[in-house]
Amino acid sequence: MPAPLTEELKRGLDAPICLTWELTYGCNLACVHCLSSSGRRDPRELSTGECKAVIDELRELQVFYVNIGGGEPTIRPDFYELVDHCVGTGVGVKFSTNGSTITPATAARLAGTDYVDVQISVDGADAATNDAVRGDGSFAMARRAMDNLAAANFGPFKISVVMTRHNVAQLDAFEALAGSYGAQLRLTRLRPSGRGADTWHELHPTNEQQVQLYRWLLDRPDVLTGDSFFHLSALGEPLPGLNLCGAGRVVCLIDPVGDVYACPFVLHDEFRAGSVRDVGGFTSVWRSSPLFLSLREPTSAGACASCGSYDACQGGCMAAKFFTGLPLDGPDPECVKGHGELALAGVAAGSAPSPGPGHSKPRPVAVTFRRK
Amino acid sequence: MLDTAAPYELHPQVALRPEPFGALAYHYGNRRLTFVRANELVELLRDLGAHDSVDDALAASDVVPARWPAFRNALANLEASEVIRARTAH
Repeated sequence: MPAPLTEELKRGLDAPICLTWELTYGCNLACVHCLSSSGRRDPRELSTGECKAVIDELRELQVFYVNIGGGEPTIRPDFYELVDHCVGTGVGVKFSTNGSTITPATAARLAGTDYVDVQISVDGADAATNDAVRGDGSFAMARRAMDNLAAANFGPFKISVVMTRHNVAQLDAFEALAGSYGAQLRLTRLRPSGRGADTWHELHPTNEQQVQLYRWLLDRPDVLTGDSFFHLSALGEPLPGLNLCGAGRVVCLIDPVGDVYACPFVLHDEFRAGSVRDVGGFTSVWRSSPLFLSLREPTSAGACASCGSYDACQGGCMAAKFFTGLPLDGPDPECVKGHGELALAGVAAGSAPSPGPGHSKPRPVAVTFRRK
Repeated sequence: MLDTAAPYELHPQVALRPEPFGALAYHYGNRRLTFVRANELVELLRDLGAHDSVDDALAASDVVPARWPAFRNALANLEASEVIRARTAH
C-alpha cells in the first residue's frame, strides 16, 4: 500500500502545485485585512524581463498555473504582456483583481485569451458590508467588472470572498450573486496577516459561524475554497480537498521584488526562503532552501497531541498561529474545539510577531501649526 | 464508461508532471488536477495512444495480469475526469 497522499505531499513536490505571485504591492484600494499590506509600489519590483525569466523557469518546472495577485496586479503597465507570456508558454493564469481596470475593452480582451481565469474580490454581498472592509465604492466597482465580463461572454469567472464575522450570514446571497452571473464562488479564510493583523480579532468568524460555514460547505462541494478551511474538518466529516498545510510543500509565494515565502499569508522574514534573483533562481529556492526543507520534515502534534481531532485538522494554519503569537506546534487560534481561544488568552499583549511596516499608503496626518 | 477493447489516449489538453509518487496530471481545459499514484500507471497513460485498445496497452506493459483489474478501474476514473479519452480514427 502506498502512503496516504497527504503524507507524500508533506514531504514536498519537485515543484509547487499552487504558486501565488504578487506582481505588485501597488493598489488603489486599502482593504483593512490586506494580507500583504499593499498600497505603494516598491521601486525594486521585478522588471518585465525578470518576470518573463521567472515564467520561463516555471514552464521548465511544469508549474501548470500561477495565481497572480498583489496589490492590484492589473495596475502594472506590463500586466497583459506578462499574462500573454504565461499563456503563450503553457503556464495558465488565474488572477485576482478588485475589478477597477476590467473595462468592457479589457473584458473583451480577456474573453479572447485561453487559460486565463479571473477572480473578482468582494467581501460582502451588498455595498455596505463590502465597502466597510474594502473601501467606499469598491462594491460597485467589482459589480461593474462582473457586468463587463458577463457582457463580453468571458464565461465562468470567479467571485472570491474572504469570510468574516459580517458576511457569514450572507453565504446564500453570495451563492445567488455567483449564480446570477454563471460564476463560480470561491470562499477563503481570513488570516491575521498584513493589515489583517490589526483587524483579525474583530473580523474573524465566531465559532458558531464556523460551524455554520462548515455545514454550508459540506453541502456544496463545488464551492471553491483553496482548501483553506481544513481546520474545520475537526468538526466531523472532512471537507473536500487537501487536508494539510501546504506551505513550502506544495504551495509558495513570490512577492513583487522576487522574494520567495512559504505561503501567501506569511510575508515575514522568518518564512522567507530566498529570492528568484539569487543564483539558481526560483528552482533552487524551492528545492534546497533550508526553510523549505525544514517545512517538509515530519512535524509533531505538540500541544495538540492529546486531542483526538489532530488527524482531522492537522493543527490548522501556520500563518494564523504565527501572527497571533501562538506556538506553531499548538492549536490554531480558531480551533473549533476551543483550544485556540484558551491559548490566545495566554498570549501577552504586544508579543505577537509584527507583520512589519508593509506598503500601506501613509495616512493623512492632521498637523496643527500654532503661533508662538 | 471505459471500453477496454477500444482505443484510448491521454487527453491532448492534459500535461503529466513526474513526481516521486507517480505524476500530477493537469487538464488545461477543465483546470482539474489529478494525482496519478503509481509509476506503472503513468507509463500506461503515456503509452495508451500507441495501442489499439486498453487491453493491448496493458498486455504490452510491465503490469502483471493479476493487477489489470485495478488498473482498469484506475483508467475508468481517469476517463471520468477526462485525463484520458476514447480515441477516434484519424
